[in-house]
Amino acid sequence: MFLPPEVAVKISVRNLNFYYGKVQALFDNSLDIAEKKVTAFIGPSGCGKSTHIRTYNRMYSLYPDHRAEGEVKIDGKNILEDDVDLIDLRTRVGMVFQKPTPFPMSIFDNVAYGIRLKGRFSKSELEGRVEQALKDAALWDEVKENIHTIGTALSGGQQQRLCLARAIAVEPEVILMDEPCSALDPVATYKIEDLIDRLKERFTIIIVTHNMQQAARVSDYTAFFYLGRCVEFGPTDQLFTKPVKKETEDYITGRFG
Amino acid sequence: MMRPRSVRIRRSINVLALVCSLVAALIGLVFLIWILAEVIVKGASCINWDFFTQLPVPPGEEGGGLANAMLGTVIITVVATLLGVPLGILAGTYLSEFGRNRFGDTIRFLSNIFVSAPSIVIGVFVYAILVVPLGGFSGLAGGVSLAIIMLPVVTRTTEEMLRLVPNSVREAALALGAPYWHVVWQVVYRSARAGMLTGIILAIARVSGETAPLLFTALNSPYWPEGLMEPMANLTVTIFNYAMSPYDDWQVKAWGASLLIMLAVLAMNIIARVFVHRMGK
Repeated sequence: MFLPPEVAVKISVRNLNFYYGKVQALFDNSLDIAEKKVTAFIGPSGCGKSTHIRTYNRMYSLYPDHRAEGEVKIDGKNILEDDVDLIDLRTRVGMVFQKPTPFPMSIFDNVAYGIRLKGRFSKSELEGRVEQALKDAALWDEVKENIHTIGTALSGGQQQRLCLARAIAVEPEVILMDEPCSALDPVATYKIEDLIDRLKERFTIIIVTHNMQQAARVSDYTAFFYLGRCVEFGPTDQLFTKPVKKETEDYITGRFG
Repeated sequence: MMRPRSVRIRRSINVLALVCSLVAALIGLVFLIWILAEVIVKGASCINWDFFTQLPVPPGEEGGGLANAMLGTVIITVVATLLGVPLGILAGTYLSEFGRNRFGDTIRFLSNIFVSAPSIVIGVFVYAILVVPLGGFSGLAGGVSLAIIMLPVVTRTTEEMLRLVPNSVREAALALGAPYWHVVWQVVYRSARAGMLTGIILAIARVSGETAPLLFTALNSPYWPEGLMEPMANLTVTIFNYAMSPYDDWQVKAWGASLLIMLAVLAMNIIARVFVHRMGK
């Protein structure tokens, strides 16, 4: 289940258990996330993929009855411990959600939101960073004329790229994507996938997806989740061509799920 | 096994229910229009330039106006708003963002009871805690009593509006490394501002027609407002006094003041609606 020693590991997960109140949702998840690669999480609905990645930035800490046990080590430090500075963690581990979530403010302010949190920048520097993030998210050409109009007026695909730009602008080390294309049409989906390919030079990317073709297209490593367990993990081509576990084979050949 | 009722019976019950609810709605509407018509017919005659610019005159003299009471009502309402709205917003924010526990539930429950507290009780309360110790009736005490009435209303609407903001918005901001207070201040308030503003305007409209609490606090005055620590003229107590008086001229002015308050409340409701339409999008 783990990466060979020559691969640089960014996140190592060991015996991760997760509880929504009394209901256990994850059971002894263990896997490694390779640095500056794309790792895809696949599996049927409710299998725990989203729950799993929401531990990487401690998103669940917003809800008092959500609880995680075990180890999620990012660069060797277990971020599940109580003394972790969540603000610092989340500037290092960014996230793009299933539904685009632009803030009710201008496109510029949306992207600048995270930059402004990091400190004071001169106007020109701020503008430069916003422009660069929008270019990185392949949105700049579409919005540069009306960058001060409200972000919620964009199309769904543009909104999702805006959210990606907003995440990139903070310059995190890891970007979590929780089914980023499930609300998008094929063209918008293609654009996001294309971006993922280009962004993996700079970021460690983890993408949760329902779409197995998407996982096969964009990822270097794939983890298959089923009923809260990480059933199989390995290089993507290997997992899709020679799965070891029967559940994995059944799922990727479409026999269930 | 139940026998199905015939179509004819079902249809007639349907028609009957429809007619009953329509009649009930019409009765309500009739009274509303009746009140409006009565106030307009009886009050419109005294609305003139002097009404808005002059002080009241003693009974028997013609002319004069209620300018002091209008100004006083505005001052008292502004004081109430300045005190009640910030507190209400903070309390509503606490209940929505931090009070999802037993303590929050208790405050919410008490606050909801508080919404329907009789305003005369609040008037007597402020009389005891402010008017008596300060040695007299005052505009400040009036503002405080109205602020106490506004507080639970603003608290409740703020909480409701903030709860309508989906958690996905909070998560998106937190995921960028924003501290929680910043998320609430910059993102959640922004998402909820149309609803919050509407709630505030409706709370102001609600207290601007209150009389009972002012009788015990601001009282009334035939003069211009001279300071927050003095008794202060206001429209509602003036209506009360003038309507009870035996003088025709005062009674007409009471109708005029009633018309003015109704128009102001109507205007605030319209503004609130415009906000919902403009910013709710």
